[in-house]
Amino acid sequence: MIINIITDIIRFMKFILKIIKDFPAYLWSGWGAIASILLFIAFWDMGNQIYGDLVLPSPLETFKTLLLMLQDESVLEEISITLYRASIGFGLSLAIGTSLGLIAGFFATASMMSRPIVTILVGMPPIAWIVLAMIWFGMGDETVIFTVTIASFPIIFVGALQGTRTLDGDLKDMAQSFKLPWHMRFFDVYFPHIFSYVFPAWVSGLGMAWKIVIMAELLATSTGIGASLGVARSQLDTPTALAIVVIMIGSLMFIEYIILEPIKREVELWRN
Amino acid sequence: MEKLEVKALNHHFGFTEILKNINFTLQKGQVLSIVGPSGGGKTTLLHLCADILDVQEGSVTNTFTSSAFAFQEARLLPWKNVIDNIALGLLARGDAKKESIAKAKEIALKFGLDEEDFTKFPKDLSGGMKQRVSFARALVLKPSLLFLDEPFSALDIGLKKELQSILIELIAKKEISILFITHDLMEAIRLSDTMLLLQADPGHIVKEFDFDKLHKERDDKYVYAKSAEILQDEEIIHTFELELK
Repeated sequence: MIINIITDIIRFMKFILKIIKDFPAYLWSGWGAIASILLFIAFWDMGNQIYGDLVLPSPLETFKTLLLMLQDESVLEEISITLYRASIGFGLSLAIGTSLGLIAGFFATASMMSRPIVTILVGMPPIAWIVLAMIWFGMGDETVIFTVTIASFPIIFVGALQGTRTLDGDLKDMAQSFKLPWHMRFFDVYFPHIFSYVFPAWVSGLGMAWKIVIMAELLATSTGIGASLGVARSQLDTPTALAIVVIMIGSLMFIEYIILEPIKREVELWRN
Repeated sequence: MEKLEVKALNHHFGFTEILKNINFTLQKGQVLSIVGPSGGGKTTLLHLCADILDVQEGSVTNTFTSSAFAFQEARLLPWKNVIDNIALGLLARGDAKKESIAKAKEIALKFGLDEEDFTKFPKDLSGGMKQRVSFARALVLKPSLLFLDEPFSALDIGLKKELQSILIELIAKKEISILFITHDLMEAIRLSDTMLLLQADPGHIVKEFDFDKLHKERDDKYVYAKSAEILQDEEIIHTFELELK
């Protein structure tokens, strides 16, 4: 059995290697995406020529401002503050959402009870959470982290819940008939299925967290890039505001397309 | 002596009575089939015998040293390739990975799968191929008792014959005992030593038929003749509610 576990570990490492090996081919397939982004930037530049620099600075000016900002210590400091808040908030909702979702999925009563609660959580606008959090926690890290956690929690919770609810009873019988030991039952029968639901939920939860962190910072704190966005607005500094937007979108695209998508592709090879 | 003994077995789902007073014994080397209309509790009975369901009343005593199950649908793990699916039972038993994979490859070739199929996922296999894999997964264990849940019902005639002849080969060598359920009389006549007729609502055994001819000598003619004979039987007509005009 120990040998089998070791071969499993080796297999897992090979799997990681395969993701890395397939990565250049994946990147090469991205030319279409790059072309459409360039087209978007062209429209942006057209907007600049129509409406002028104050309303919509040109892409060139925006990227110049961005470059200057990225050389500035204090801006990097703001980014790291935001990253810290987003990752704590997302990490919390990932841990709580996944574990509660899995537990709720295993009990019919719990999943029935949790449905209306999830509807309330999803239906509650994040801005309302921010207001409540400002009253409860004051202006600071806690408010932002709380809002991020509570906003991405239901997405992840529902993903984990669906994953366990939809486990195939036929495959369970099959596992029973071959008398699979508990570790095989978990890793070979349950885990791949649940993961195929939970992983996409993590990805959308992360996107949500990243959007909410900026909003919460803008409204409830004086630090972080959300707050910088607020400052840029009050000073009518449109190039800086746009540069911050580019940072936000750029980082989200990086995480989604460079890190998560290649993993997802390998993990879901078996899907139709 | 290895055997499977079912005594005074009753089963309920909620208030619905599914099985009532089932008794039979399957001896080593014997092929026992249970025929009856769909929804008559056949699958429940098989699941009880294979320990997939818990026995409520009565007893199921299984002294066979090993057993395996082939389902009506292939029930492969969609995230595992052909070879890993076949090796599942071997690994569950605690065999070493390398040997299991080697055995799985060997039996896959014997069951008419090609080397290039080995790394395919079930989504890329045809229905017949999936069923081959499912059979290979069960038989690679060299079980002394095999449970079959209408495994041939979705297959074309060629593949059906092929898989059946693999089983007949094993039966002839006395290497395997089989308990299988089907609604196909001809299938039961071709493969079994004893056929039990299960009537529905609630499921109970009404009649037993024995076939003495050697499996290898049961040609189409024998099967057709026997079917025709059995189809005249009052109990069969009643059980399947055949309306003969």
